[in-house]
Amino acid sequence: MNPETPAMTSETTPSLPLSGLEDVYDALATAIDQAGPDKAELFLVKLALLNAQQLGSASLVREHIEVALKDL
Amino acid sequence: MHQPTTEARPSIYYPYQVFAPWLPSAHPPQARQRVVIAGSGPAGMVTALELARHGVPSVVLESELQVSQGSRAIVFTRRSLEILQQVGVAQRMSEQGLPWRFGNSYYRGQRVFRMEAPHDSDDRYFPMLNIQQQYMEEYLIEACAAQPLIDFRWGNKLVQVRQEEGVAHLQIDTPEGPYALDTDWLVAADGGRSEIRTALGLKMEGASYEGFFVIADIRIDLPLPTERLAFFDPDWNPGNTILMHREPHGIWRVDYQLPPGETAEQALRPESLKARIDAQLAMIGHAGTPWEMDWSSVYSARTLTLPDYVHGRVLFTGDAAHLLPIFGVRGANTAFQDAQALGWQLGCVVKGLAGEKLLANYSAERVGAAREIIDEAGKSTRFMTPPSRGFRLLRDAVLSLSLSQGFVRPLYHWRTSRPHEYSGSVLNSPGDDNALFSAGPAHGAPPRNIRLSADDFLLDHLGGGFDLLYFTEAPALPEALQQVVAGARARGVPLKVIAVGAPGPVAGADLSLPDADGHFRQRYGVPASGAAYLLRPDQHVCARWLTLDAHRLQAALNTALPQ
Repeated sequence: MNPETPAMTSETTPSLPLSGLEDVYDALATAIDQAGPDKAELFLVKLALLNAQQLGSASLVREHIEVALKDL
Repeated sequence: MHQPTTEARPSIYYPYQVFAPWLPSAHPPQARQRVVIAGSGPAGMVTALELARHGVPSVVLESELQVSQGSRAIVFTRRSLEILQQVGVAQRMSEQGLPWRFGNSYYRGQRVFRMEAPHDSDDRYFPMLNIQQQYMEEYLIEACAAQPLIDFRWGNKLVQVRQEEGVAHLQIDTPEGPYALDTDWLVAADGGRSEIRTALGLKMEGASYEGFFVIADIRIDLPLPTERLAFFDPDWNPGNTILMHREPHGIWRVDYQLPPGETAEQALRPESLKARIDAQLAMIGHAGTPWEMDWSSVYSARTLTLPDYVHGRVLFTGDAAHLLPIFGVRGANTAFQDAQALGWQLGCVVKGLAGEKLLANYSAERVGAAREIIDEAGKSTRFMTPPSRGFRLLRDAVLSLSLSQGFVRPLYHWRTSRPHEYSGSVLNSPGDDNALFSAGPAHGAPPRNIRLSADDFLLDHLGGGFDLLYFTEAPALPEALQQVVAGARARGVPLKVIAVGAPGPVAGADLSLPDADGHFRQRYGVPASGAAYLLRPDQHVCARWLTLDAHRLQAALNTALPQ
């Protein structure tokens, strides 16, 4: 995958359709519960690293980190 | 009155020799010295030996009467051996030490990373060699003793430094009381707890990490090869890291991280050491194997450096100048590079071949090296001993992922000490052809060794001064080049000419090396005859040309020895 594929930046429409987003929503919630309170953070960091590797762009990950840090 | 112990330090494998103190009453009044070196660790002794190679005498002050307690530094890199070769002790190190090149990292009983350090047939030395620091110090002390320009003084403790314009007044305490000594230059090689650094009120910059490690040497018979072992988050020490290294004489080094809040005193209690070492042995499948303790200590990782190593007449080197984490074997291996750098540059200043600008360059180059190490070793340290909750989560996520995901495994590799490349050094020749080469060591890089025959390597022939590698097939060095070489030598600049590529001796060269198969030229990126490399006395490249002419050789020599 091209690491800087335009379709992947936050400037453009996400490629995940609503039904897909809903799938991820449920799967994430279920997995966090499954990991349990002690391991939920660890699970989420692992997931973030896997996604980062797949994205192939450190700058895009940094951008996502900035967005996610907002309005906590 | 300074009273160092006259009792040999305890050890189950190393026979400590107690030396007689140097006493002022047994010597004539002390003349002013050119160089006094405080401290006889690796940095101090290599500085003294390098200075002596350049014909500069020095006094070495050692407050104790014997070599240091415990094994301390045990892993020496190839570049360290190359530097020790220059001062004549690499062969003994190699004969006694254990060479290795593989490291293994384990998590939940699975080997999740294997480090393989490259070993090229052009290299004389292995990537790593394990030997206890006492032996290294012993070999260096013998080399110092054999060198008439080195005045080694056991039991002499520097207690006061007072600087005036151009001179340092030293007060030195001995078992019979103090004496005064004046010197042009004082080398502060007095280690991580440098009293000279404290007395001058100098502050180091950087970070200290909270994770404490116990470091223990035990005698045990384990049927394992000489490879580094690292264990992460084992059941007996959750969240923490354990390292193991084989040392000569049946000794193993075990380093283990302590749980937060535990003090050094608690950790070093015999029952605590025994329980944890037994647990570690059980984990690797050797429960119940008998072992005996030799030495133990506690350390924490620090990444600190002085921002300048030159303070008037005082020159800092080794741990006195910086404190670096052991991950990546950064202590003694960095000290050797510091000392080699200081030795030749101070030597040239003392001999009047260069101005004091060269010492400012020493500081700039070595502070730069320390900062590079701090940057690299900081990453390793944050992985080994995560300094915060966030860093711990990331480290733990990597451990967990590494069981099934290859892409995170390289994060286990703490970058190993390597020679700093002085790419931006002011000693590099601006008018050469550095940028036009497509291969070979560039500006500021250490040399690339070349195997010349079964037991003959390029680095065996380098050092002690500048080396000009001149690539030619002609029977003689061009007359104009010979004149520049003769002119430099007439000024006292040590300069050796090595002709590479001609089948027979080359007139005007001190040494001629044939290169029938072109291997040497290929490794140095030399496409045609007439090319050349100029190496500094520490063998780092300061100029290289595709076509050398006399004018540019003169310019490079002038740049490398600023007035």
